[in-house]
Amino acid sequence: MQRMACSFPDEVLEHVFSFVQCDNDRNAISTVCKSWYKIERWSRRRVFVGNCYAISPDMVIRRFPDVRSIELKGKPHFADFNLVPDGWGGYVAPWISAMAAAYPWLEEIRLKRMVITDENLELISKSFKNFKVLVLSSCEGFSTDGLAAIAANCRSYLHCRNLRELDLRESEVEDLSGHWLKHFPDDYTSLVSLNIACLGCEVSFSALERLVGRCPNLRTLRLNRAVPLDKLANLLRRAPQLVELGTGAYSSELRPDVFSNLSGAFSGCKELKSLSGFWDVVPGYLPAVYPICCRLTTLNLSYATIQSPDLIKLVGQCQNLQRLWVLDYIEDAGLDAVAASCKDLRELRVFPSDPYGPEPNVPLTEQGLVSISEGCSKLQSVLYFCRQMSNAALMTIARNRPNMTRFRLCIIEPGTPDYLTLQPLDVGFGAIVEHCKDLQRLSLSGLLTDLVFEYIGTYAKKLEMLSVAFAGESDLGLHHVLSGCEKLRKLEIRDCPFGDKALLANAAKLETMRSLWMSSCSVTFGACKLLGQKMPRLNVEVIDERGTPDSRPESCPIDKLYIYRTVAGSRFDMPGFVWTIDEDSAMRLS
Amino acid sequence: MEGSAGNHEVCPQFLDFVPKEREWLVNRDGQRRHGPSEEKELELRLGPPGNQDWSMRDSARKNPGDKSESLLSLGYFSSMSSMTQNISNGSQTQMFSASKNPVGAVISSSCSSSAYGYRGKTQHNQQQTKVPSFLQLNSPLQGLPVMTQEASQRCCTEAVDIQSAEKKAFSPSSATTAVPNSSQKRTAPGPVVGWPPVRSFRKNLASSSSSKPAPVSQNGVPDKVTSRTPVETCRKGLFVKINMDGLPIGRKVDLKAYDSYEKLSSAVDELFRGLIAAQKDSCPAGIQNKQEEEKALTGLLDSSGEYTLVYEDNEGDRMLVGDVPWHMFISTVKRLRVLKRSELSALSLGSSKQEKVRH
Repeated sequence: MQRMACSFPDEVLEHVFSFVQCDNDRNAISTVCKSWYKIERWSRRRVFVGNCYAISPDMVIRRFPDVRSIELKGKPHFADFNLVPDGWGGYVAPWISAMAAAYPWLEEIRLKRMVITDENLELISKSFKNFKVLVLSSCEGFSTDGLAAIAANCRSYLHCRNLRELDLRESEVEDLSGHWLKHFPDDYTSLVSLNIACLGCEVSFSALERLVGRCPNLRTLRLNRAVPLDKLANLLRRAPQLVELGTGAYSSELRPDVFSNLSGAFSGCKELKSLSGFWDVVPGYLPAVYPICCRLTTLNLSYATIQSPDLIKLVGQCQNLQRLWVLDYIEDAGLDAVAASCKDLRELRVFPSDPYGPEPNVPLTEQGLVSISEGCSKLQSVLYFCRQMSNAALMTIARNRPNMTRFRLCIIEPGTPDYLTLQPLDVGFGAIVEHCKDLQRLSLSGLLTDLVFEYIGTYAKKLEMLSVAFAGESDLGLHHVLSGCEKLRKLEIRDCPFGDKALLANAAKLETMRSLWMSSCSVTFGACKLLGQKMPRLNVEVIDERGTPDSRPESCPIDKLYIYRTVAGSRFDMPGFVWTIDEDSAMRLS
Repeated sequence: MEGSAGNHEVCPQFLDFVPKEREWLVNRDGQRRHGPSEEKELELRLGPPGNQDWSMRDSARKNPGDKSESLLSLGYFSSMSSMTQNISNGSQTQMFSASKNPVGAVISSSCSSSAYGYRGKTQHNQQQTKVPSFLQLNSPLQGLPVMTQEASQRCCTEAVDIQSAEKKAFSPSSATTAVPNSSQKRTAPGPVVGWPPVRSFRKNLASSSSSKPAPVSQNGVPDKVTSRTPVETCRKGLFVKINMDGLPIGRKVDLKAYDSYEKLSSAVDELFRGLIAAQKDSCPAGIQNKQEEEKALTGLLDSSGEYTLVYEDNEGDRMLVGDVPWHMFISTVKRLRVLKRSELSALSLGSSKQEKVRH
């Protein structure tokens, strides 16, 4: 075997390996023999680090010396809902510095939930000779000044640098001025994708128009709310090749000339497949997009505060729709219409228009989701906010759609039982995991006992991510999940009566997962210390803003717990409210 | 379970390190079985994961779902003095008699009661503190009297609370060791941090600087929707001064009350129509107004009327109302003025003297 492996010159092997892109496969290749390990590591171009603290930048660089594309994720998912205090971490700075030195040919940086500063952005803009793609998803810590640096250095004659993609999706950007856009040089023409939807300020519109006009390869343009509707037509006429468009505010006084201008501009965009934006919609302008509806595969109306009849008219024309994001203003009736018209639907997300109101404000119930599950045979991914649910509905959905892979249900009031029988929703979710054998992601809500976790542990063998809130009764629930879900990678739990026992009994399982989050549960500091001492390849972070956990009895529950596997040891950038215990069994205050 | 090969070494030793008081670590083989009166529903045998299931499966399977559910409902409803629900109570008495473990009852009673009390539908005063969590620590280890005793010793501060929990002994539910934990410190229906799990940029959708979301429009949508602009979006009024030529006293208008120029125009008309008429009466001379009394102020926005509407923006410039989209107007307007059309052209000739007069 070894002789065979050496019989090919390295270049041939490298060429063969270049057809293997998937990380898992490349990891497998690298374990065959030393020679393959060496060739593979020199030829790996793309690295994905799901937890930036699981490994250090130097370790990545040592192993893979010639990386061109890197993706890093920082904070845990629950940071999206303000459960992770500011300053917890996720700083990209050490990565940028290390890569600036080690990867001069880096082309792509993709970050999610990380903290990036203007200085980091400036360093990026100057360090990489062939930089092409910057995606900042749910990041924070930077301002429009940082963007100006990116723009100013996007093109370089000296190097072959040509920025293609600048995507700020859902990041929090400090809006200092809209002038940053003017920093794109006049001879810069290689923009392919620009997403500034999250920016609050008005960008310099003339600069935007000129930029759009001179970039013939522009495929994706997501504007921010401040771009008025009457400017949209001009932009579209300059970029009729657009495939993905996010409008700005979709409101204006109803004027026939503006309308016909807009309608004509939309009709000219023959490639347009994805629409988003639609803040402040004036329904009278919606028909302007009717001509292109039949080509749409993605429609994001989750900011559009329009009512069901208008939504129905719009969505009813989108026969090729695969992904629909919408507010619950669509109502059950609207979802019935979607189920009838959009037979190719793969993903549905229904967001709450009034998440904090105590009463339902729209007639959207479990029935809408049931209709969709009946009518849309390709439905795989669901995120659904509603206020009532029944086991019967869940069982129907499960039987209708065994091909479901992502199912996230949020019943807005915690602990809501089946509204018909007043029973917990255990059997309903049990049916979901039992029928949907390929389920990868699941979020639970409603009244749930330990039984639902028993179902999950028994059936959800492909489950990779589970989100639990206000559910369960005892450690047994957690134990079922940790011992039964073989593919579990991410588990996030809040406000559940889970304590030390299941954690300690399944300590080894934690090393097979990316991370575990538990907040407002019943885990004690004593258990955390024990875990931290005994499991060197786990970082056990106790996040507690009430002061040092030692000041409370050891059996007092901690506030938040974040456990993740790591080969990098404890991190060095922990703030004062994060406590961790290392092997010295000395509590280290950081 | 994957990685179980390694578990055998890690876990047993690991468990041994748990403090001795936790005697549930000893005897992994299943000596944990308790008397038949206890633990019908829940047996916890702690062996290395993957070796043995926690035997809940075996015991609970006797009455799958049903029993635990009814136990749960028992706990739920017996604790809810204030609630009445329609749940079959058939099994209730059965449950009561089934469990004979006083210790378990003590501990689990409070646990199960708090399970649903926690949901915010009860006035249970034990929802306050960490009591339930302490109980929960020990309670799953039902029928380990040794353990629980020591537990109660250990939790000295909570001893009082445990005893008060005793008084609430109702459901025996050895299966329901639910303890909603420290989250109970959140008061019942108050807002919970991060719940529902909606990202911050999705909140406050209805509160933009622009017009209200179209809801009021076509289709007879019930008022509930329109009035349901989320509370937290605090729609403060945008009051700006509005003066009119010839009238020494100005008014203030709340621009947030309107969503279009038409509505603003008619509001301005209503505001000043009466004043103009009154002025005419009181001042016999000097008013250039040739209109009849009470004539409406029309054509403010286009070129048709006698008056025109201008505004001063955030940069101090005077602008004609109507050029920009409403929401943009709202965000830049600082004050309004109703000018005579004739004076508009005079102004544009750059007469500063007149400007002083105006202001």
